[in-house]
Amino acid sequence: MAYALQQLINGVSLGMIYGLIAVGYTMVYGIIGMINFAHGDIFMIGAFVALTAMVMLVSGGLMEGPAAILLVLAISMAFTALYGWTVERIAYRPLRGSFRLAPLISAIGMSIVLQNFVQVSQGARVKPLEPQLPGGIELMREGTFVVQLSYMQMLIIASTLAVLAIFTWLVTKTPLGRAMRACEQDRKMASLLGIDTDRTISLTFVIGASLAAVAGTLYLLRYGVIDFYIGFLAGVKAFTAAVLGGIGSLPGAVLGGLLIGLIETFWSAYFSVQYKDVAAFSILAIVLIFMPTGLLGRQEVEKV
Amino acid sequence: MSASAPMLEVQDLRTFYGAVEALKGVSLHVDPGEIVTLIGANGAGKSTLLMSLCGDPRARSGRILLEGEDITAMPTHQIIRRGVAQSPEGRRIFPRMTVLENLIMGAQAMGHDPAPGLERVFALFPRLNERQGQRGGTLSGGEQQMLAIGRALMSKPRLLLLDEPSLGLAPLISRQIFAAIKALNESEGLTVLLVEQNANQALRLAHRGYVLVTGRITMSGSGAELLARPEIRDAYLGGGH
Repeated sequence: MAYALQQLINGVSLGMIYGLIAVGYTMVYGIIGMINFAHGDIFMIGAFVALTAMVMLVSGGLMEGPAAILLVLAISMAFTALYGWTVERIAYRPLRGSFRLAPLISAIGMSIVLQNFVQVSQGARVKPLEPQLPGGIELMREGTFVVQLSYMQMLIIASTLAVLAIFTWLVTKTPLGRAMRACEQDRKMASLLGIDTDRTISLTFVIGASLAAVAGTLYLLRYGVIDFYIGFLAGVKAFTAAVLGGIGSLPGAVLGGLLIGLIETFWSAYFSVQYKDVAAFSILAIVLIFMPTGLLGRQEVEKV
Repeated sequence: MSASAPMLEVQDLRTFYGAVEALKGVSLHVDPGEIVTLIGANGAGKSTLLMSLCGDPRARSGRILLEGEDITAMPTHQIIRRGVAQSPEGRRIFPRMTVLENLIMGAQAMGHDPAPGLERVFALFPRLNERQGQRGGTLSGGEQQMLAIGRALMSKPRLLLLDEPSLGLAPLISRQIFAAIKALNESEGLTVLLVEQNANQALRLAHRGYVLVTGRITMSGSGAELLARPEIRDAYLGGGH
């Protein structure tokens, strides 16, 4: 029981990181119908920006602790958003209106560009970061087994919930969110109502990249080691999460992320660590056989 | 922008879909405060013309002037922000937005406060008021048509482009919609370019009309004149509705 509770905590905090990345995949898919294969690498960039900022702040002796973490989060979001914006601007927008596969190929290219850029500029070795938020609270004890909720996990859960709350408000209540939904449902009509659809798409990438930056920062703080290649597997997992939840559905992306995180964690805990990815992808395959549009995917009948 | 410039002037407009020439040099004008109708058979290029006026598809040659300003090469959203609104072919309601959100979308890019516009649209189409919270995709055809027109009005346009507002509607609702267009024109001087297959109703409503046949204007005149022409009666009125 205690063991399972601990896995639940671990799984949820991992799943929230996947969920944050998955939202970026699903948003971009919703609005322009493409899979942004470079999105995992945007997450990796977020982690590297956070690492750089953290090292500068802490070893520069400027600040430390929770205040430093918040500042690092903001810095990472800002810089990573700029990356997201740039990728869309130079690699996807010129291909809009071209054949469907063109932006996908371009996205794979951008993924390679970003990985190699970081590999060359930062080196290929893994980069460690000392734990910034050690310790935690003891939830329960069963024999010798202690269920712990670490401060880091609390940070992950709290900041993910806060970011998702802001994001939900933005999409459902603000003019920008309405414009994004309009572009998603009928881009031609949105422009016929005076919406600058290119700008709306750019802002979608900016928002997606900021969420990935939050994920990257949290990943760095939680696991303490990153390299230029972390975006690949995290990206594939998050994409899986988005598909599992129903690609195009924002709540679906978060739900899918949580499920992938939980499946991976529980599989590792009760069966074997080596097969955790197999488990996650198998569940995806099984769900898609029975629910081809994912768990929360759309199957709404629209009158014409 | 002189006071005498027409609201809309189209000069020798040519538009292509791939290699197919959909508009083969169309010229027409709409004066401020006028209702002008464009009639023609299916596939004549009526909807293409309305969309070309909004820059999508982009005209390959010719000029489009809005109160004297050349808008031919302008991006769609900028043309709209200059005071053009369109209720397009197929209505294009945002299916997963509520009626209210669809209407607000009409005002949003213009920076208008939606409240006065909503009041006006709900006065015109009380049905939309009752359905405010319902998703666009679940409305009936007639309600969607009202919503498409209402949404176009939300931007307080100078020039309203209406594509087949009576398509697929029961005669009673179609009459209601035509009455609403007439009322807006008379009370607010709204300028309207109306595309219709229902030539009889359209020509009765309009001050002037043009006939479009496979991408070319073949006839023009006042609504009454065109209604009286035997070739119009034969081709478009099909034995008196």
